[in-house]
Amino acid sequence: MILSIPILAVSLTAVFWTLAGLLAMFTALSVVVLSLTWLERKVLGRLQRRLGPTRTGPMGLMQPIADAVKLLLKEDIVPSSSEKAIFWLAPVLVVIPAFMIWVTIPASHDAVLQNLDLGLFYITAIAVVGILGLVLAGWGSANKYGTLGGLRAAAQLISYEIPIIMVVIAVAMLAQTLNLRDIVDQQDPYPYALVQPLGLLIFFIAGLAEVGRTPFDIYFAESEIVGGPFVEYSGAHWSVFFLAEYINTFAIAALTVLLFLGGWSGPLLSGNWVVIWFLVKVYAVILVVFWIRGTFPRLRIDQLMGFAWKVMVPMSFLTIVITAVYQFYLWPPWSLTLMSSAGLVVVAYVIYRRMVGPANLVADVRARQHAQAQERALQAKANDPARGAAANAE
Amino acid sequence: MTEASSKIAAAGEPMEMLLNMGPQHPSTHGVFRMVLQVDGEKILDSEPHIGYLHRGSEKLCEGEQYHQVITLFDRMDYIANFNNEMVYCMAVEKLMGLTVPERAEYVRVILCELNRIASHLLFVATMGLDAGAMTPSMICFRGRERVQALFEAVSGARMMHNYFRVGGIKEDLPENFGEMVGELLPLLRADVEESDKLLTFNEIFLARLKNVGAISTEDALDYGFTGPCLRACGVDYDLRKAQPYSVYDRFEFDVPVGLDGDCWDRHYVRVQEMYESLKIVEQALEQMAEGNIASSLGRRLIRPPKGEVYVRAENPRGELGVYLVSDGTDKPYRLKVRPPSFCNLSAIRHLLRNTWIADSVVILGSLDIVLGEVDR
Repeated sequence: MILSIPILAVSLTAVFWTLAGLLAMFTALSVVVLSLTWLERKVLGRLQRRLGPTRTGPMGLMQPIADAVKLLLKEDIVPSSSEKAIFWLAPVLVVIPAFMIWVTIPASHDAVLQNLDLGLFYITAIAVVGILGLVLAGWGSANKYGTLGGLRAAAQLISYEIPIIMVVIAVAMLAQTLNLRDIVDQQDPYPYALVQPLGLLIFFIAGLAEVGRTPFDIYFAESEIVGGPFVEYSGAHWSVFFLAEYINTFAIAALTVLLFLGGWSGPLLSGNWVVIWFLVKVYAVILVVFWIRGTFPRLRIDQLMGFAWKVMVPMSFLTIVITAVYQFYLWPPWSLTLMSSAGLVVVAYVIYRRMVGPANLVADVRARQHAQAQERALQAKANDPARGAAANAE
Repeated sequence: MTEASSKIAAAGEPMEMLLNMGPQHPSTHGVFRMVLQVDGEKILDSEPHIGYLHRGSEKLCEGEQYHQVITLFDRMDYIANFNNEMVYCMAVEKLMGLTVPERAEYVRVILCELNRIASHLLFVATMGLDAGAMTPSMICFRGRERVQALFEAVSGARMMHNYFRVGGIKEDLPENFGEMVGELLPLLRADVEESDKLLTFNEIFLARLKNVGAISTEDALDYGFTGPCLRACGVDYDLRKAQPYSVYDRFEFDVPVGLDGDCWDRHYVRVQEMYESLKIVEQALEQMAEGNIASSLGRRLIRPPKGEVYVRAENPRGELGVYLVSDGTDKPYRLKVRPPSFCNLSAIRHLLRNTWIADSVVILGSLDIVLGEVDR
């Protein structure tokens, strides 16, 4: 009896701290999302030689607040033909896994809600649940565009899960652990980006696809299926999807940093201040994501799937194989760098070939145009000797 | 048991779905509507519907005096207003046997070519948006905005100019027009180049457009393709060269042609045409001299002699033809327009067969239709 009371007391305290931690995480993530929406609008604006928001507060800093207020005050329309239960459930199914991932993502050695020994395993497992929400959203809204978008989401996200998981396994093999904190500690002398550049590339590209960022924003393609699964959502429901999208983007950037860019390690700072290094690196990755959004068009669904299964999956298997060889023979780290870079070269060559093809074609077109122009000039001369002579005189 | 669910029961059978695209859809370039018969992501067949923007322009023309009709032409192809005004004015001039003063011809050509650039810039912008790239649209709209600012300085309106007159132009150019255009051209060239570099040879853009929506030369001719859509198939046919009107025979410029007649060629031909138009504007500015801007006949209430006439010209979208019948009064007896967009659009069903849903948007975009002209 005496024994059981302290246990109860301890667990009550634990419950309190867990709740406080969750609240803190929720608040921090909300602030992050607000900052990301502002940053995205500003960065895209600058990329396109616009100013971005300027009217709401200094540098438009209050724009996310204004957006949030607008979204929450809007009428939340539920289509009469929709499956009400599924329609309501889908946003929740998307946003809860997005938050759950963050339980075990560390921002520094101690700034983590609950560090798990199976952290990476947990993250990859939970991240898949969000797909279900997207499919249900498309199906439940009883809209053909929504259905198409939901099915696209299912195909796309499941395809790109495979390379992500394979690369995660390769990293786990290098670090010999699934614990994110330990993985970062293992990257002490040099980050894994240097030994496994191919892995970084695959993880980043597949991560873009996983959160539906620009070359892969196929499942809600604005110009084709008009928002896909989100087409019937409005107001608060829509903003929940929005929230989940940004949290996932942040999570992918954070994982890129943790797995490949050395996490929170960096010069000058120590103690819990290293969180700053973590944030700097994550926001740098996010900027690259926005940069890509401002540059590239969108792929088509079959090209996307072809890219996943013909390039990403074989390449991710290659990362596993070369990591295994490296680990088994205990070669020096630069050997893995070499092997991984060889993989990169293969990818670069494939892309180069595809870039050269159209350039040749253009040379072809230009040669033909030139020939035509000359032929025309000859004809003009033949038809009109006076004008031809005049042209010659000029 | 409905028909659809019985189809599910038969395993292996393709299940078809009707997908209504438009008239309220961001990528149908106005109020075009197509009903796609899709099997998953594949388009099996499609049915285009037009008429959502029908305003009866041709019939309205019969109730307006000859000079008032110009305003209606502004509103047909509302992206290339000057080019539209030009064709109509040429038709009435031919009917009346008017010769246009040389300065007016040069002014018309400069404005038309600038308008062609503005129109093609809009095409590149929407093409990028259809393919999912947002930045080229900003660059292109910036360039188009510059052109429109010039148009506003010239005619007083950004889009519905009502500036050309039968026998010339409404009033002379502003005094500093030469400097304005001189300032505009390098900026415009920079905008064209920037969007061109960003988009045209982007690998994803090529993957989306190359070998998509290809049409053979024979089919293109049969469907009545004209303009960049026809030239993309490799046909060297440009009315400015084939049947020079106005003063176009005095300029050196090339007619860009494509090879395969696919969406990317249609895009690239237009990009190249912008450079050619810039050349024409530069030459026209050099050659332009002072002089009359309108023939004195054209200023009055005009009553062309009885007769009929068909005049055509190269618009940004293709060959715009105007068939005009006069019964000797101050209003046209009948006016028929041959809109290039409408003829180009007629191939949409042929082009969409066995493509992807994502392609439908790109193919429609590559035809560069303006619904105001298709429906009139």
